[in-house]
This record gives sequence, C-alpha cells and structure tokens, in this order.
Amino acid sequence: MSDPQSGVPVPGSEEIPDPARVPAQDQVLEPGQIPAEQTLPPAPPSRFSGVLREIMSGSVVISVLAVVLALVVGAILIAATDEGVKEASGYFFSRPADTFQAIWSAVSGAYSSLFQGSIYAVNRPGFAAGIKPFTDTLTFATPLIAAGLGVAVSFRIGLFNIGGRGQMLMAAAAAGWIGFAFDMPFPLHLIVALAAGIVASAIWAGIVGALKAFTGAHEVIVTIMLNYVAFYLISYLLRTPGLLQAPGSNNPKSPPEKATAIFPHILGPGYNLTIGFIFAVVATIAVWYLLNRSSLGFKFRALGENPSATRVAGINVKAMYIVGMLISGALIGLAGANQVQGSITTGFGSGIDAGIGFDAITVALLGRSRPFGVFIAGILFGAFKAGGFAMQAIEGVPIDIVLVLQSLIVLFIAAPPLVRAVFRLPSPNLQARVKRSTVSGRKAVVTK
Amino acid sequence: MSVLASNLPTPKMPAVLVPAVAIVRSWKTPIVLGFFALLAVVLFLIFGRNGVSRLQLSTSSDFFQIPVIPVDTRVAGVIVPLLLVAIAVWAAVLVFRAKKVPLWLLAVFAVLFLFVFLVWSSAGQTIPIAGLLVGAVGVSVPLIFGALGGVISERVGVVNVAIEGQLLAGAFVSALVASITRQPLLGLLAAMVAGVLVSFVLAAFSIKYLVDQVIVGVVLNVLVTGLTSFLYSTLLSPNTEALNSPPRFQRIEIPLLSEIPVIGPVLFRQTIIVYLMYIAVFLVWYGLFHTRWGLRLRSSGEHPQAADTVGINVNRTRFWNVSLAGAIAGLGGAYFTLGSVGGFTKEMTAGAGFIALAAVIFGRWDPIRATLAALLFGFATNLQSVLGIIGSPIPSEFLLMLPYLITIFAVAGLGGRVRPPAASGKAYEKS
Repeated sequence: MSDPQSGVPVPGSEEIPDPARVPAQDQVLEPGQIPAEQTLPPAPPSRFSGVLREIMSGSVVISVLAVVLALVVGAILIAATDEGVKEASGYFFSRPADTFQAIWSAVSGAYSSLFQGSIYAVNRPGFAAGIKPFTDTLTFATPLIAAGLGVAVSFRIGLFNIGGRGQMLMAAAAAGWIGFAFDMPFPLHLIVALAAGIVASAIWAGIVGALKAFTGAHEVIVTIMLNYVAFYLISYLLRTPGLLQAPGSNNPKSPPEKATAIFPHILGPGYNLTIGFIFAVVATIAVWYLLNRSSLGFKFRALGENPSATRVAGINVKAMYIVGMLISGALIGLAGANQVQGSITTGFGSGIDAGIGFDAITVALLGRSRPFGVFIAGILFGAFKAGGFAMQAIEGVPIDIVLVLQSLIVLFIAAPPLVRAVFRLPSPNLQARVKRSTVSGRKAVVTK
Repeated sequence: MSVLASNLPTPKMPAVLVPAVAIVRSWKTPIVLGFFALLAVVLFLIFGRNGVSRLQLSTSSDFFQIPVIPVDTRVAGVIVPLLLVAIAVWAAVLVFRAKKVPLWLLAVFAVLFLFVFLVWSSAGQTIPIAGLLVGAVGVSVPLIFGALGGVISERVGVVNVAIEGQLLAGAFVSALVASITRQPLLGLLAAMVAGVLVSFVLAAFSIKYLVDQVIVGVVLNVLVTGLTSFLYSTLLSPNTEALNSPPRFQRIEIPLLSEIPVIGPVLFRQTIIVYLMYIAVFLVWYGLFHTRWGLRLRSSGEHPQAADTVGINVNRTRFWNVSLAGAIAGLGGAYFTLGSVGGFTKEMTAGAGFIALAAVIFGRWDPIRATLAALLFGFATNLQSVLGIIGSPIPSEFLLMLPYLITIFAVAGLGGRVRPPAASGKAYEKS
C-alpha cells in the first residue's frame, strides 16, 4: 500500500483491519497471492456460536474495549502520580485500605470531572444547564472534524498531509484579515471571510499537490516545510504594523474581528456552540458524497489504492493530486476560519492553530479516513478536550493525560488482536480457518 | 551471499540498470539555479550595500591566528552574483548537451551564494565564522542522530515517523536519570533505552499486529508527547532540584586537533555526545554498505521475499534494527538535556524529529547525505540567530524561513523523484 513515488504508506487507502468484515484480518497479501476471501462464496452461518462470535469479535466491541483499556492505563497514570495515593502508600502495609481509597478517589474524581466537563454536568440544575458541557464538546469538535476530513481526503488519494498547521494558519490569517479590516453587512461579511480562509488554505495545500504532480516532490517534506514557512510568514505579518498587527499595540496579535464576520451562536448566547458546527456537519455530508457517490471520489480512491493502475486506466493522476490537495486544504481552511470567526474572535496570534492540524491526523486515523468515522472521532476528541480542561481545573490532573488517552485509543483500535488477547476474546481467525477448509473442499468437488 | 548481492537491487543500481533514454533533459536544475542567481542579482547587486564585512575565522585559542579578512560588500555584491549567473548558464548549456550537472558545481554555487549573502547582510560588521559553525553543529546534533535512526529504520522496511517521539523520550529519561544519579553517562544510556522502548512499540505494532506503520508513528509521537508532558507536570516540575537538574557534559578538547583554526573549535571542542555522533555516522554508513549486517538489513527493506528465501529472518531483522534505530535517536534526545539546555521542558524537541524525517528523505535514505541535510537545517537555523545579533536588513522571520524554502526548492528541483527502499512501509508476513 505504498505509493511508489512517495514511499510513505498510505493509511487511508490501507484500511485498518476490520474484524467484522474480513475474517482473516491478520493476513496481509503478498503480490501475486490471491486474496482467499474474495474468491470464496460466503460460508453458511454456524447458528448461535457464530452470532456470538460475530458480536464478541466485532469492531464495535473492539472499539469500546479499546476505550476501556486506554482509560485503565490513564487511571494507572493518574493514581501513580497522585499526591494522596503517594502519601497513603507510605503506610500501605499497616492500612492498605487507605491506599485503595486514595486510588479510588483520585481516579474517580478525575474521570467524573472528565465526564461532567464533556457530556453532562450532573450537579447543575435543569437539563439546559446540565447539557452545556456537551455543547462545549461539539464546539471543540468543530475544527477537529473539519481538519480531520481534510486529512482524510488526502489519505484517500494516497498523500499524507502533515501540513494542517500551516494551512490553518494561512486560513486564519486570510479570514481574520477580511474579518477585521473590512466593513460589510452581516451575512456577506461572514461568508466572504470564510471563503477567503478556505481559498487561502486550499492554495497553500494546492502548492503541495502541484509540486507532487509536476516535480515528484515528496509531500511529507513539502508539507512539513510549508508549516514552518507559514508560521514565520504569519509571525512576521502579526508583528508588523499596518499588516495584521492590531494598531497601537506592540504584541504580535491581530485586532478583534468585526461583529459582522463572527459566526453566530446557534443555541443562544448561553452556549458557545456556533454555526461553525453546522458547517462541519455539512462538510461531512459533502465529503461523504464526494468520496462515495461522485466520479471524482472514485478517481481519488483509485489513485489512493493503486497510482499505476489509475494512470493506466486513463485518469489524469497529476490533476487528481492537485484537485485532491485543494479539497483537503479547503476543509482544513474551514477549521482555520472557524478558529478566528468562531472560537477566538478577540484577535489571534501565531498559535491560533492550537495544534489542531496535528490532532486532525489522529482524528482521521481513528475515523479510518471515512467521513462519518471522522465525524464521530472528532466528537470523541472534542469531548476529551472539553473534559480535559475541566479535569485540569477541578482535579489538578494535567490536560496532557488526554493526549495519552487519545493516542492509546487509536493504537488499540488499530490492533484488534492485542485487545482480544488482553480480554481473552475469541479470535475470528479460528472461524476463518474452518470456513476456508470447508469451502476449498467444495471447490475441489466443483473442479472435478 | 554473493548470489544474494548480485540479485538484490541495491539503491544505486536502478540508476545504472534503467536504460537511459538518450535525450531526456531535466531542466529543473538550471531553472532552480537560475532562480537563485536572479535572486542574488536583485538582492546583492541592485540592492547592494556599501561597507566592509570582516570575516573572522580564528578564535583566540587557535594554533595560529588567521587575520580577519575584510571584504568590500559592494565589490563582492557585483562579482559573485555574476559568477552565479555564469554557473546557472553553464548548467543550462550542460543540460542542453544532454549532460549531467556535476554535484561539485552545485556545491560551488551554494557556497558562493552563502558567502555573498553573509557579506551582504553583515555590511560594516564582523561575522564570527567559527562561532557560527560551532552553533550550527550544536543545533544539528539531535537532527543527525534522529536522521540516522530514520535511515536505519526505513532501510530495514519500517517507516519511522516516530523520530520525534524517540527524541522526546530520550530527552525526558536522560534528564530524569542523570538528575537522580548525578551521572550524565548513565543518563545517556537511559536515553538509549527510552528510544528503544519507543521503538519496541513501533516494531511490535507494525510487525506483529501489522498496523500501518505511519499510523503507529504518528500516534507514538502523540503518546510520548502526552506522557512526558504529563509526567513533567506531575513529577519533574514540583521537584525540579531532585529530578530535573541534570549535570551537563563538559566540552572535551582534543589536543592539537582542537587548535586548528575553524575546524578545531567546530569539530574538536565538543561534548562526548558529538564525538559519539561522528562515530555513529561512520559506523552506520560503513555498516549499511560494507558489512553483512547492512546487506541483510537493506535486503529486508528492499525485497523481503527474496531475503526470506535466502534464509534471512525478515521480521526479526526488522525488529532488532528498528530497536537500534530507536537507541540512536534516543541519543539525539539526550543532547537536548545533557548537551545543550540542561533540564527537561514540555515538548522541548519542538519538531526536530520532523526535520530529521525530512533530512532522511532529502538525503535519499543515505546516512551521509542525510547527515549533510541535517547540517544544512542546523546551519540555517543558527545563521538566523547569529544574523539576528549583528542585525540583518532582512526581517528575522524570512531568514528563519530560508532553510525550509531552500528545502522545498531542492526537493522539487534538484532532488527529483526520490526512491525509497522498495518494501519500506509494508508489513511482511511469511506465506
């Protein structure tokens, strides 16, 4: 699954083994080897045990258990570094219960504040107040979904877009500049600023696609390099009076956005959720249509699976690289514009991307480069972000633990055999082996 | 072995084997050279500055002193850009005659460009050339270690995006261990162990569980960032005295060699980590291309089926060499805490691992070229800070951008299509 020109394997094109779909998911086919499952007719279901096996080894169970496993590791980390636990374990042998008590209070305190900060605040009166944390989760999820979709599209054409940071910075600068420097009526101003952000980011990513198409430059290098170029460019613009810097200020920061360019709140002023989330939903559906229902998407996927075959089939590979990166950049641009028009409207600095460009890679990986998968992964990561801040504020657990949880979840979901081994779940391989032998027997009869 | 050697496509062979179609002219090199020559003409000739730049080559403790060399900025700004234009034209002529542009010509071009740039930006000032280079080597050390780790890992067939994580883990653990034991050497060892541990995860997930290697690499970076930041906030930060004040390595001056002007202070007045780096670069280069170990390693990355057929255990080879790569990258991480800064801070590697990854690709998976690429990044980064001190007419941000822009140009124009090890990134499962 590696692009012969780039050599970097393409995560999106190579599906993470999906145990529900492919029985022998451990098997990687060598060139020339015929995939066993595709040539075989489905075996007759083996009643109850088969159903049970299907459920226990299914991808939903694996995903849930992966989250559980990650939370367990996180709990160990929290307990091991907690002051109370350290104190109580000093006299562990005289009063062991104290230690367990301390561990329980540290871990449960942290995770309950994580939950209450991201899903539902139990102790607040009324549903309207209680659900506010969930709207925060959606707010945090908005740029993650948009940028995650962008990375996913690049994965699908076989490119690895690490340039989310630079693209978001360009988008934020363009959208932000339109947003504070011009006077326009309300909906127009918002739309023009958003469009400027999207275009700026698309061009920045398009450079990568064009270089890839015409010179064969490795997109990983070019995106990393363009991240730095964008960062220093924006830093320069932000500290130079008359460009992006706020007038009368010495800080490298832009003036605040005009009210006409700011995303309106969709649930009223009490909630932070803006129309940006609607844009993210629309973008998800649009990407789904693009990838799964349009001929352009078909070409994209073909390119991601096998560039040589795509070229032979008469598809213009160069154009696909450029168009694909433009679309990828446009989606990341939505995330960048959302940062200045939705999240931080009081003026931005050179850290406006807030690491979302890199988080988006993990989101796209967790969502397996599929639009709705990315959407759900974005909301999960948004929940971790929203809850993480609450956890840090209330329990004093550094928000960095969220990074540990997120990365562990992706690792575990990517390796179902590991999760199965930990929880002693049945392996679908056993069934596959049986299936193959019976079917090959039948095949032998047919050939006779 | 000899049969294997003759069958295996070593990375240099395709260039020989592919029948060179007689009249393929690549105009990329002359175009890029022309661009930079034009830039030089505009910047240094048209916007030339008056004054005298003084190039200071010696330091006070050298064997003998080279006097400070004065260069008239205006004169250099006329002569050198014209030379650059001449080289670009010559390259175009060479390409027109379907000949290759020799590498030394590019090197001369680069050195001339750099020279006139330095002279132009320091008009009326003194540039400490030795100091500039010493700093450049310092900045490059973690990049070079990281790039070496990347080269080994990718040559054996496992894409290593986790260099950043290995550097960060090395930096964290070396600071912790060196602070507790007060022994920087133990910290260095611990850094290697930390790098190996990160590699173990990379190897286990990519070789045993067949997870896509890029996924594991990206996720490992996040995991290590999260772990080290979390532990820094909860453990190191409250107990800075006990846990995060590692002793630093002293500079070791090699007698005689360290007193040679320019070369001495740059190469032979360094810490033990830098000397280890020289050894590592040589060993990796020699090992990869001149030993049985290297042949097996490369064959596992180029054509695992063939390697398996002749009896090489591909997955074991991959596992241990990826671990070795982690150990080397971990050493680079130790340089952050034991060699330069002293004391761990959150995310202190600041993307060095990604630059190292770029150096690996830029260096076409060759240890020497990757080292040179890493030195280029280090030099450019340090050039900016030196020019920032003497005051350059160009805003510092544009200078900072320069190495990255040059890399893009180089990758797009000079490097052409790079060819990674054929099986890099593909899991191998015995059928």
